[in-house]
Amino acid sequence: MKTIVKPRKLSLVLAATLFVGSTLAQAAETIKVGVLHSLSGTMAISETTLKDTVLMLVDEQNKKGGLLGKQLEAVVVDPASNWPLFAEKARELIAKEKVAVTFGCWTSVSRKSALPVFEELNGLLFYPVQYEGEESSKNVFYTGAAPNQQAIPAVDYLMNDLSVKRWVLAGTDYVYPRTTNKILEAYLKAKGVAPEDIMINYTPFGHSDWQSIVSDIKKFGSAGKKTAVVSTINGDANVPFYKELGNQGISAESIPVVAFSVGEEELSGIDTKPLVGHLAAWNYFMSVDAPANDAFIKQWQTFIKNPKRVTNDPMEAHVIGFNMWVKAVEKAGTTDTDAVEKAMIGLEVPNMTGGIAKMLPNHHLTKPVLIGEIQEDGQFEVVWKTDGLVPGDAWSDYLEGSKDIEADWVTLKCGNYNTKTKKCSGQNYE
Amino acid sequence: MDPHQYIAERHAWRRYWPTLAILWSLIAAVSLWSASAYSIEEVDAAASASDIKIESLAVPAAATALAESESVSESAPAAPLDFSAAVQALNAANFSAKEQAINTLAALGDERTRAVLRALADGNLQYRKSDDKVVIVTEAADGYRLTDPLTDSDLGNVDKRDVKKISINNQLRIVLREAIARLSLSSQRVDVRLTAVEELTGNLDEAGVALLESARINESDEDVIAAMDTALALPKLTAGDSAVQLQAIEDLQGSLLPVVRNQLTALADSSTADTAVRAAATRAIAGIQGELQFYALTETIFFGLSLGSVLLLAGIGLAITFGVMGVINMAHGELIMLGAYTTYLVQQAMPQYLEYSMLVAVPAAFLVSGLFGIAIERGVIRFLYGRPLETLLATFGISLVLQQLVRTAISAQNVTVANPDWMSGSWQINAALSLTYNRLYIVIFTLVIFGALLLLLKKSSLGLHVRAVAQNRPMARAMGIRTEWVDALTFGLGSGIAGVAGVALSQLTNVGPNMGQSYIIDSFMVVVFGGVGNLWGTLVGAFSLGVANKFLEPYSGAVLAKILVLVFIILFIQKRPRGLFPQQGRGAEN
Repeated sequence: MKTIVKPRKLSLVLAATLFVGSTLAQAAETIKVGVLHSLSGTMAISETTLKDTVLMLVDEQNKKGGLLGKQLEAVVVDPASNWPLFAEKARELIAKEKVAVTFGCWTSVSRKSALPVFEELNGLLFYPVQYEGEESSKNVFYTGAAPNQQAIPAVDYLMNDLSVKRWVLAGTDYVYPRTTNKILEAYLKAKGVAPEDIMINYTPFGHSDWQSIVSDIKKFGSAGKKTAVVSTINGDANVPFYKELGNQGISAESIPVVAFSVGEEELSGIDTKPLVGHLAAWNYFMSVDAPANDAFIKQWQTFIKNPKRVTNDPMEAHVIGFNMWVKAVEKAGTTDTDAVEKAMIGLEVPNMTGGIAKMLPNHHLTKPVLIGEIQEDGQFEVVWKTDGLVPGDAWSDYLEGSKDIEADWVTLKCGNYNTKTKKCSGQNYE
Repeated sequence: MDPHQYIAERHAWRRYWPTLAILWSLIAAVSLWSASAYSIEEVDAAASASDIKIESLAVPAAATALAESESVSESAPAAPLDFSAAVQALNAANFSAKEQAINTLAALGDERTRAVLRALADGNLQYRKSDDKVVIVTEAADGYRLTDPLTDSDLGNVDKRDVKKISINNQLRIVLREAIARLSLSSQRVDVRLTAVEELTGNLDEAGVALLESARINESDEDVIAAMDTALALPKLTAGDSAVQLQAIEDLQGSLLPVVRNQLTALADSSTADTAVRAAATRAIAGIQGELQFYALTETIFFGLSLGSVLLLAGIGLAITFGVMGVINMAHGELIMLGAYTTYLVQQAMPQYLEYSMLVAVPAAFLVSGLFGIAIERGVIRFLYGRPLETLLATFGISLVLQQLVRTAISAQNVTVANPDWMSGSWQINAALSLTYNRLYIVIFTLVIFGALLLLLKKSSLGLHVRAVAQNRPMARAMGIRTEWVDALTFGLGSGIAGVAGVALSQLTNVGPNMGQSYIIDSFMVVVFGGVGNLWGTLVGAFSLGVANKFLEPYSGAVLAKILVLVFIILFIQKRPRGLFPQQGRGAEN
């Protein structure tokens, strides 16, 4: 008897071989993109959205045909709002998963925790959140705002437009609020504000008993001079803080609160009625009327399958960062960290508010600064914005010891160059 | 008592259900009572609201109703062109043009102005997208009911997306508040007039003074007259004539308004004023300062009691499971969390009855956490009695399981638990002292829960058996008490109380899977400090720690205050290992 392989069977075997072959080939040729955002714990309220944003961007890039002829693959880990765990998870991403790039971190303390790992293993981190500056690492691109792109313009607005004379600097007790408030205090004093007109207050992460602090703010603000609160309170502690403000009858007209960490996403979790009129300073608002923004909002709401989901500033930073990274990889023709880092500098991609974000030699971006008032629907009404784009300054010009330092990864090849002693300290962060 | 009767009866535990039922009904009664208190308080709040903003936020329905009723009572004259043009100009592209339109409207003196400005301040002034016409909207069943601000005629109902709100900013809100206040001086309602006068106090120009003086003549209400006198005395402080100034200082004596204090201080420091005037101002300030200090102290004590009540709520359930039964329950915080999530689920299930959700949530949370507690006791803890280390580890494991359960079943993110209106805002006692309602209710609620629990333990048969088992287990068993069931019910009771605490805490703080962890340390701290096995000790411990914390906070900051309290407890426990009120007698030996 002859053994005849039936055509149908043959084709089946063939198809199976092809399928296995192609999946193998594909598995070998993906470019891995690490996502290092807390999906649980006190920061989950803010960071979960950023994880989804990166997933959306990866998905979109794959639909466009991937990158360098390969598909992108997102690797998601959960550092659980546990700062030392950020370092461990970063190591896992770079050493074990061999990711080409990582998008991640929210709080500065988490970035500071993961930074040595990125420098040691020569990884690449895109950090999307506004932060306190005083840092420029070869391995990190800071796509959020530096203090001169958020805190300083916001204080200028309060001082010039609302003629605020007394200042409460309230923050969560960790590195970002402490450094920002140090810069702001120096700035205010340089502008002639008396020390007794500045009140500084720190609270632990997740603080919930705001009654005495809010009462103190109320008393501080009843001295006859216009008072404002500059809030660097982070994470879910904001919810009871604003609740207490509302309950104690502090309205935005009497004592406005300008927040640096409260955006559309945080507001979607609270009853916004007591907050109407309070302010936030960002480089992007969902309410900005621009074609790029409309397209971005639509894409996001389609991806997340919820027409009510909001967009916010750190999401925009991730979009800009991701688009830049894609451009840089295409320009360099490889995902090698050093080549991509070189290719990144000077790149320009459009931001969502109708401007252009340019990567500067100090690894920071040019950004517009917007100040918005909270509306009842949880959106911001832009009440003030800078005329043009503000270039990010890594080292503050208002702090003693920091004003002589410059970061430049093109000519100086240093993130911490002292213009007085003409030396690069070799240390990229404090 | 005949012990045989108990041995014979196989289901003796059923006896305890009536007791639990009494507890539930007590809790329900408390909730009902606070609800009825709310209706009184709300009237109070409406009457004493010192601030148009708050009034409009807390009771928007009342505010719109008022605006409506007044606009109805006014007879609309033939519309002058200026008024309609000015109303239309409110929908300008930028805020400065809007501000101009508001000022034009206010200057026109048209009777319809107030309703329009009020609607603008409340976000009810909107424009129709089809023809840009400015309209006043009111909530209707499916969208908005439109009213023409010019003729007050009904323009029909539309979908919410067909109109867009005219946005305002802080500057406009300030202008609006003042404009509305001026127009409200002739309102029918006393509280509206009082609010208006308070709004105008401190920023009166000459026209304002004249306006207020003419309103003063027609005013009949004493409170409003007093407020008007204060408002009118303030500008006189800066008059050149020292006799007028002295009279003004006399009139302002004892006023607690910050603006009065600031102007008096400015006067006392001013170099141009007469010496006698400056001395009088200094004396007046000293009087005011003394009173303010008293109110500041009262406020700090209230804050301390409020923090103490949160500590007590968190600790009281543990006082039973740890204090009476001696079980180290690391999952106690998670039982609180379950109570908070029950509140969330109750609110999700009855969104239209938000005001009454607390009534349902309290017994529901007691039941849910109580049942979880009984399950934990029956499933795990009963095998580990007398082995504290293993109990500690096992319950810690349970706490992780419960957290993950919530993460998986609901969400890793925090959930929003809404505050009913009666728990928002504050009770304004005077210009220097106001107590927030949510804290106030929780202090009362905590004390009631404490009282009910005390009653249950001292006066009911379950309480008798619980105490008997805690004192001497073998003897209680010999007397025919089914100690196993008593254990389960006691643990369930402690857990249920934790659940009720979760309901109260959901009104103060974030509800998320991790919320329990922030309370477990506090709970143990309070119970150990107060003395294990003593409910009164827990009460005194919680309140004294709360008050101490709040007195330290202004000097040391929130972070250090907490550390200092912990250090104090460590030292205290060194000196008195059994806490404030150690258990005495033979039962205390083991």
